[in-house]
Amino acid sequence: MSDRGSVTPLLRVEHLTMRFGGLVAVNDVSFDAMPHEITAIIGPNGAGKTTVFNCLAGFYRPTVGRLLLTNAAGEFQLERMYGNEIAGKARVARTFQNIRLFPKMTVLENLIVAQHNKLMRASGYTFLGLFGWKGYRKAEAEAVDLARYWLEQTNLTEVADEQAGSLPYGGQRRLEIARAMCTEPALLCLDEPAAGLNPRESADLNRLPRFIRDKHDCGVLLIEHDMSVVMQISDHIIVLDYGRKIADGTPEEIRNDPAVIRAYLGEPDADEAGAA
Amino acid sequence: MTLAERLRDAVMAAVVGALLALPLLGFETVDTGGPLGIRTRFDWIAYAAGIVFVGRLVLLGFLDWYRSRQGRPEPLQSSAPARRDVLTRLGSKADKYLMPALIAFAIIMPMLPFANRTVVDLGTVVLIYVMLGWGLNIVVGLAGLLDLGYVAFYAVGAYSYALLSLHFGFGFWESLPLAGLFAATFGMILGFPVLRLRGDYLAIVTLGFGEIIRIVLLNWTEVTRGSNGISGIQRPSFFGFPFSADPPDGTTAFHQLFGLEYASIHRIIFLYYVILVLALITNFFTMRIRKLPVGRAWEALREDEIACKALGINPTNTKLTAFAIGAMFGGFAGAFFATRQGFISPESFSFIESAVILAIVVLGGMGSQAGIVLAAAFLTLLPEVAREFSLFRMLTFGAAMVLIMIWRPQGLLAHREPTIRLAERPQTGGAA
Amino acid sequence: MEYFLQQLINGVTLGAVYALIAIGYTMVYGIIGMINFAHGEIYMIGAFIAVISFSVLGLVGLTWVPLALLIVLIVSMLLTGLYGWTVERIAYRPLRGSFRLAPLISAIGMSIFLQNYVQIAQGARIKPLQPMIRGGIELMSGETFSVTLSYLQIIIIVLTVLLMAAFSWLIASTSLGRAQRACEQDRTMAALLGVNVDRTISLTFVLGAFLAAVAGLMTTLYYGVVDFYIGFLAGLKAFTAAVLGGIGSLPGAMLGGLLIGLIEAFWAAYFSSEYKDVAAFSILVIVLIFRPTGLLGRPEVEKV
Repeated sequence: MSDRGSVTPLLRVEHLTMRFGGLVAVNDVSFDAMPHEITAIIGPNGAGKTTVFNCLAGFYRPTVGRLLLTNAAGEFQLERMYGNEIAGKARVARTFQNIRLFPKMTVLENLIVAQHNKLMRASGYTFLGLFGWKGYRKAEAEAVDLARYWLEQTNLTEVADEQAGSLPYGGQRRLEIARAMCTEPALLCLDEPAAGLNPRESADLNRLPRFIRDKHDCGVLLIEHDMSVVMQISDHIIVLDYGRKIADGTPEEIRNDPAVIRAYLGEPDADEAGAA
Repeated sequence: MTLAERLRDAVMAAVVGALLALPLLGFETVDTGGPLGIRTRFDWIAYAAGIVFVGRLVLLGFLDWYRSRQGRPEPLQSSAPARRDVLTRLGSKADKYLMPALIAFAIIMPMLPFANRTVVDLGTVVLIYVMLGWGLNIVVGLAGLLDLGYVAFYAVGAYSYALLSLHFGFGFWESLPLAGLFAATFGMILGFPVLRLRGDYLAIVTLGFGEIIRIVLLNWTEVTRGSNGISGIQRPSFFGFPFSADPPDGTTAFHQLFGLEYASIHRIIFLYYVILVLALITNFFTMRIRKLPVGRAWEALREDEIACKALGINPTNTKLTAFAIGAMFGGFAGAFFATRQGFISPESFSFIESAVILAIVVLGGMGSQAGIVLAAAFLTLLPEVAREFSLFRMLTFGAAMVLIMIWRPQGLLAHREPTIRLAERPQTGGAA
Repeated sequence: MEYFLQQLINGVTLGAVYALIAIGYTMVYGIIGMINFAHGEIYMIGAFIAVISFSVLGLVGLTWVPLALLIVLIVSMLLTGLYGWTVERIAYRPLRGSFRLAPLISAIGMSIFLQNYVQIAQGARIKPLQPMIRGGIELMSGETFSVTLSYLQIIIIVLTVLLMAAFSWLIASTSLGRAQRACEQDRTMAALLGVNVDRTISLTFVLGAFLAAVAGLMTTLYYGVVDFYIGFLAGLKAFTAAVLGGIGSLPGAMLGGLLIGLIEAFWAAYFSSEYKDVAAFSILVIVLIFRPTGLLGRPEVEKV
């Protein structure tokens, strides 16, 4: 386990609470996600995992709490930022549970759109680009190179010029990750990346987060239900139940934590007590 | 469905048709100068019922035949790329081959033997609608923002030029960029508060704005002269050389410059080429900007705004840009309209105009250059060609809009060319 | 003071008409989430059918006002209801699975079609009607101005209130109302539970058309003239009313209608009558920008 004391956490969540009217979806949750680690958030359905994500990504404004992201450019308080600023300035990228690609655009175009902000600057906010300025053309070529790199990593080079919507499900999931990486993020948030994939595809998918953690200056935060994926790739796991954090530790620790077992499997019934 | 079932369905439809026709077609109100007179026209009910019967029967038969021809549906996840349907391919081909042909035709049209004053003038009208269609295409087709008040920008451009000409003596060429600037500014002022609204609300708000503008134009008589309109707007000159038979002393007229006999058609032809150039600039601009980040962002925004936010794209600024640029081209077209007519009044800027321009984009096909040209030509030329048809022009337009939404909502010749292809990009060797 | 009261009465009457039309917009929006742009034309058609029915009755010699009114009311409601049903079947039902703006564009096309249909069928001139219900009660009389509440105004307001009450009862207590509320909340689930969704939606349109027909009849009697363009203006204002009150909310439509009627009456009386439409449209714009859920509406949360 990494020495948490000396390294600044990539993401520090402090006392995050999210209330929707009378419903408390997330209740005083605090945790750290370290750089160069894969942190997983797990928990039974309705535990509040996606709500945490949505707070991080700027879709909900947290009722209480601080979300501090520290990347190469500095510190960012995510709870005060707009969604597109969180992606653009704080460099937090995310994928979606229900896959949100640009279906009528090609795979390559999806990856180029991800590099929008830097290309906008290079095009002189369109003006220079309109007149064919060389600086923009160079920037676009570099963008294509970055896209090509991620196409290769996700095995999508063959279909680069196909419509994104026509890819099979597994390909669409990989494209979403590739697209998120094209924003050159400091933190990648994966929302149930293995949902809907068969075991072989899941295993395939395990490779990507580890590759990203190892080879790129990027931490990974993931929500997942598939325990085999979680146990295999996570460095650090946080368990939520009914909006509260009930456990926080390594996969080994979590596997044996009685609170976690209780949350997932429930209390043994009186007549099952012997068998449990 | 069996034939018997189809017949029964068609009979039911005919009965409904007859009932609908009864009050409004079966009776005719007659203006007698006093109380309202009324006449019966029961044969119209019979015609209506008959048309509905036949039409429904044919429709049902066609649907049955079409479904049986479909055969087995394609497997959901095929490894081969999805084949684009006939109209998409047609639209793609139309833009590639038909557009250059149309442009070439447009360039030489005034020189063709049949091109008299009326024909060239008509061509000018077509081109105005083409330009407006291409302008609105930026907002509706590319960025996916349903703007029902586009005519407001057209009006701002027209009135800007008219007032500049009236009060400051500005000529057309000086006013043109200003008209575009005013329209774009207006677009940004309008757009800023409303662009975060959802699609249908945005449509209604823009409609409301369009109407507000029209009413203001009609009633703010101190500035806009109200329903009398502004007349005496400066006609364009050939870059300083006026098109008049009798130029004032000291100035050379256009025909004198080129050693020609004066003919009133010179100005008409010049106007035609001006609008042709303006329209082509609009088109060229659209093609170019699709390949720039902002153009791609528009299309991405149209597909999924939430995903765009997650990629760091600021949706409001991006939409605002589309709105302002679309408005700018509307303003240019408006200024041209003012100079062509020499006179403008609020009547030309009603909601119907916005609806017509929208219809052109919707029918022609979002993303289709040729489609919009054809739709604009169809709309403008058909009533001229068939006089009786002009009465039914808007009726058919309304029906066509409904039918297109049912059959092919993106528009007849809609297609989407990717803005960048990996296959065409060699590696530059600077990978991440 | 008397002038103010008169405007109040006029405004409430106008508001009643708008409220009836607004209910149509709000119910359709509530159940299928679309703006029925053609609803204003349905109202216009209702008005025309009323005018024509009166003329026909006049032709056959039936001039006893209460009976004529009753017959015209029923005929107008039924035929306008049929128009509403047909419009839904042709222009909206095929588009239920389509992208979000498709029904709106189709509705615009339908609106243009219906406007021109009536214009071609009946001519573009305004159609006058003999005033049928004359007289009223003088409530107050001041030095220069007396406040009258005409019998027609009483009828309009009372009829509207009755219809509103009947409607609220319908939605709250009948199986149709329950089916409608179910479809509003979750159409798929309602269908799975045996609700005939198509029929419920059709009925919603028909009921909206019924109310629009009543509004059309009232307009005919109140103003004495109709023309093919009244649908557009009244439609936009009634839609404004629905949005102001909270689109999707029945009491909202009633409240919104009342407010818009009052605002229009007072604006025309105290400021300028040319710009009274601008007042209504400006309210539309302002409400949509600052409080899109309106006064009584519930905010929508989009699931990510």
